[in-house]
Amino acid sequence: MSTSSVMRFRQAIVAALADEMRADSSVMLFGEDVAEAEGPFKTSEGLLKEFGPLRVRDTPISEMAFTGAAVGAAIMGMKPVVEIMFMEFLGVALDQLVTEAAKMRYLSNGVISVPMVVRASCGSGLGFGSQHSQTLENWVAATPGLKVVCPSDAQAAYSLMRAAIQDSDPVMVLEPRILYAERGTVDTSHRIEIGKARVLRVGSEVTVVSLGQMVNVSRAAIELAGVDAELIDLATVVPWDRETVLESVKKTGRLIVVEEAPQSGGWGSEIVASVTSNLFGTLKGAPFRITTPDVPVPYSGVLEAKFVPTVEDVARQLKESIASGTTPKSWWELEGLK
Amino acid sequence: MSIQLKRREAVQNDEVARYERMIEIREFEEQINGLFATGAIRGTTHLCLGQEALAVGLAAELRPSDIVMATYRGHGIALALGLSPESVLGEIMGKTIGCCGGVGGSMHLCDMDLGLLPTSAIVGGGIPIAAGAALAFQTQGKDGVAVSVFGDGASNIGAFHEGLNLAAIWNLPVIFICDNNIYGEYSRINTTTPLLDLHERAESYKMPHFAIDGMDVKAVQKGVAEAVNRARSGGGPTLIEAKTYRFAGHSRADQALYRPEGELEMWQKRDPIKVTEEDLLSRGLLTADRIAQIKSDMSTTIEGVVATCQASGEPTLASMFQNIWTPKGAINK
Repeated sequence: MSTSSVMRFRQAIVAALADEMRADSSVMLFGEDVAEAEGPFKTSEGLLKEFGPLRVRDTPISEMAFTGAAVGAAIMGMKPVVEIMFMEFLGVALDQLVTEAAKMRYLSNGVISVPMVVRASCGSGLGFGSQHSQTLENWVAATPGLKVVCPSDAQAAYSLMRAAIQDSDPVMVLEPRILYAERGTVDTSHRIEIGKARVLRVGSEVTVVSLGQMVNVSRAAIELAGVDAELIDLATVVPWDRETVLESVKKTGRLIVVEEAPQSGGWGSEIVASVTSNLFGTLKGAPFRITTPDVPVPYSGVLEAKFVPTVEDVARQLKESIASGTTPKSWWELEGLK
Repeated sequence: MSIQLKRREAVQNDEVARYERMIEIREFEEQINGLFATGAIRGTTHLCLGQEALAVGLAAELRPSDIVMATYRGHGIALALGLSPESVLGEIMGKTIGCCGGVGGSMHLCDMDLGLLPTSAIVGGGIPIAAGAALAFQTQGKDGVAVSVFGDGASNIGAFHEGLNLAAIWNLPVIFICDNNIYGEYSRINTTTPLLDLHERAESYKMPHFAIDGMDVKAVQKGVAEAVNRARSGGGPTLIEAKTYRFAGHSRADQALYRPEGELEMWQKRDPIKVTEEDLLSRGLLTADRIAQIKSDMSTTIEGVVATCQASGEPTLASMFQNIWTPKGAINK
């Protein structure tokens, strides 16, 4: 049955968790304050009440233990979802995800699957400072055996969460924290496959590839710039949808990646490299990235607002690059701050 | 019943078979360095010479449906649980006959039919995973038991403390076995750890704990059985410290020159094979002649295993690309 309703991004996550837990008794949820307190961002509201303390559990502040426990439980037939309150906290549990979970299938000659989901809130914009505001996709982007998704709206939050739980392999779901309160229409019958990008706007002049909270920024920038851009929400970072991106750039001849991550070492570099290598002779301009500067996330509201790619700055770079065919300078280069 | 499960059943039911398995592990491990010299093995290996009793005693007390998460020092546990010597040595040699088809190597041995999860090459890495396997048993209402075997060095890493704490608060059916062989890599325990009786660390987690003589297979069985009974009957986790000694160095590269003079010789007096031999002889279950025969037969058997593994093929290039993600529609075993 298809039902559409308007809900907040965080409520879409709750709905997806609840629907999966109803459909499959092996799905369980654990993490810090996810049960009694219903999640610090209210992403597990009502779940303890409906599914009970065996399947919805509070853990100690022990990311290494509960991420590892998810690995063991997943191998033995459960489908655990664990919540890492802030993406940075995955640092102390990275071994379990990258070195254990992602290798189990390889090291068991294909006998073991690890159907676990690691959810983590991420990203800047809420004044949490430099240790609670990073996106850190690159921590998990170079690990064969792991899948990484990042929803940009309530629909994607619902559909990608369900796809992640249904997946037989470990999936990392990066949840842009700033989007939790955003409202959107969610059709619970709508599926988004892991590995499939979403073309959110069809256009002919330039392809804009974006992810997470940068999708809204990119959409607004396209409107502000008045360019006929094709907007792609990458949605899955690993394995990313080469086909959709390459097809789009074949058509538009231009690529801009808008990315909430430091300029060096981001996922967008992979997109730019791939497009450049595959379509070099057909391009109308050099593909480029609009990123944050190579600095930690600053706390001050004034600085944090400028740190992340803004609608105005993305619009400027869209217009400039199409008009001149050259790569625009970043705002910090223009300010002489590099 | 598969050959592997028969091998498992043997160590569960027969104390002479347990002795023979210890001899098998000893013969097996003693072949490894020679195979390095010929170039048949690359990288590194971590031998369990002197620690055979722990492996076999553990295997004797668990069901194949129980789960064991062991470490890179795992040849002995794999053989004890029932993996064939061919599948273990084949893996160490990177051949297709290996339990992981040659992509794993010495540190990554696995057979889920026998309850052996892929052994972990990360110190302490398996401790939370075993707790998680126990969490699955508990949530599913099964009476399975999960076991994590790790070294003394792992008791200083966060995963140990986090894993024990989690197991304690959730009352999980898991047994933590600290194989205290006195050395963490090249460092003696007194230089890295402020206590020598590592099982006492369970006090912090209000968890039952005790030490066992890891050089005596019967003592190992007795201790493991107690913890298994507790876990299976809903009594929660146990920390067991097996007092053992590593007759070889940490890994291939380590000559163990740091050991105080006489220490190895002192422990060799308690060689687990000797301890069991004396016991079986004294009870008339074995004779000196029979022992000589067992050893000679095993030596021949292992020579045959080496030949079989040497004749096994190299993995195909395609095998490198397999088993990274689960194919659509595949069912988790």
